[in-house]
Amino acid sequence: MTFQVELVSPESISYSGEAEMVIARTVEGGDIAFQPGHVPFIGVLSVWSVEVIRPDGERDVFAVHRGFVQVAGTKVSILSDVSEAAEEIDIERAQEARSAAQELISSDSENEEALASLERSEVRLRVGGVEV
Amino acid sequence: MAGGKERVLRRRIGSVQNTKKITRAMELIAATRVVKAQQRARSAKPYAEQITSVIENLAAGGAEVDHPLLRKAEKISRVGVVVISSDRGLAGPYNSSVIRAAERQVQNARSEGADYSLIVIGRKARDYFAFRNFTIDSYTEGISDNPSYEDARRISEVVAAMFAEGQVDRVELVYTEFLSIGSQKVAVRRFLPLEDTEVIASEGGGDSDLSTAFEFEPSPESVLEALLPRYVEARLFGALLESAASEHANRQRAMKAATDNAEELIIKLSREMNQARQDAITTEIMEIVSGAEALGSDSEKVDEMLDLVGSSTENNS
Repeated sequence: MTFQVELVSPESISYSGEAEMVIARTVEGGDIAFQPGHVPFIGVLSVWSVEVIRPDGERDVFAVHRGFVQVAGTKVSILSDVSEAAEEIDIERAQEARSAAQELISSDSENEEALASLERSEVRLRVGGVEV
Repeated sequence: MAGGKERVLRRRIGSVQNTKKITRAMELIAATRVVKAQQRARSAKPYAEQITSVIENLAAGGAEVDHPLLRKAEKISRVGVVVISSDRGLAGPYNSSVIRAAERQVQNARSEGADYSLIVIGRKARDYFAFRNFTIDSYTEGISDNPSYEDARRISEVVAAMFAEGQVDRVELVYTEFLSIGSQKVAVRRFLPLEDTEVIASEGGGDSDLSTAFEFEPSPESVLEALLPRYVEARLFGALLESAASEHANRQRAMKAATDNAEELIIKLSREMNQARQDAITTEIMEIVSGAEALGSDSEKVDEMLDLVGSSTENNS
């Protein structure tokens, strides 16, 4: 059994395909996996990855920096204004951003912008396949 | 010497021809841009629809929040007007009609005894309002012919902050709706406060099936809270994209009209020029003939002259 997955950004539908399972993380901090037949669900996503497991067993991984997930019937929609596919991620840039953010945080541990930037770069790295 | 008028006309035809080349090029550029802009507006639809559909589901789930973006002021003391115009002209009535509609909103606010705040996008509207000594509270340029979502987010954050802090009690959005390639019209929409979720839901646009009961995480209220700012951004982004498509469509039409007019003018001027040339030739013949007559009544000489003139007119024509 599969269902339809769509990753919708404000500019376009950036990904669409069949999947057996979708794994995401909501702001509550828990991972949640959806399979076909899941009850209708709406959740706010945290800065984390979204994994789509295709019928052929392959995984497509995205870094989603904020957004929502809606499960209705046989369709999962992920709405996000900032999301990147694993292969689009510039690992070097993410690493630079991470060390820059860490430096800022070491001097000012309440710098919200730096904390958010650290969080984003870590997700990018994780999705890009680098151990954090 | 003949041909003074002819030369002037020839030069004018040349200059009209150059103008025609430019307007034709602009028409073609606008034509490709309008297709691209239309595509962007179309591919941005799913996001807006899905957001609306989530709001529909939330409304059906009975979520109610006391969100700053829903605040309804009892007394309107200041009205915000967001106006989307273009940076460049030569787009027919595109800018003037949207600016006029925005000015009307400002006058409405004044007649209700309220002050106004202008949030201007595009150089043309800024020039208009600045020239007339209106106060402009926020100005953005360089985005209107190809807006990105980032731009929409920045502007809607400014507007939402103004609204949330109580600087404005109502915000109207004035932009150009893109109905089709041949038809665009100025639209004035309530931007803030947002309608209640039920109203947004009943206006539709989403594709949700309302019979299902949703689970919400963390809670319907916090989903709605996170969602409303996104909804505002998506609406502004949609308006920006439609305005951009309208701008290009208007420019294409204006430039097509200009090219057609140039063509007509060229035909008219060519006729005038030919006539002037003909006149010049006729005058020349008259001069030669009368000159020959003056030389004497020798009929042979006159015949000779006429032969000469005959060959010179053949060369001329």
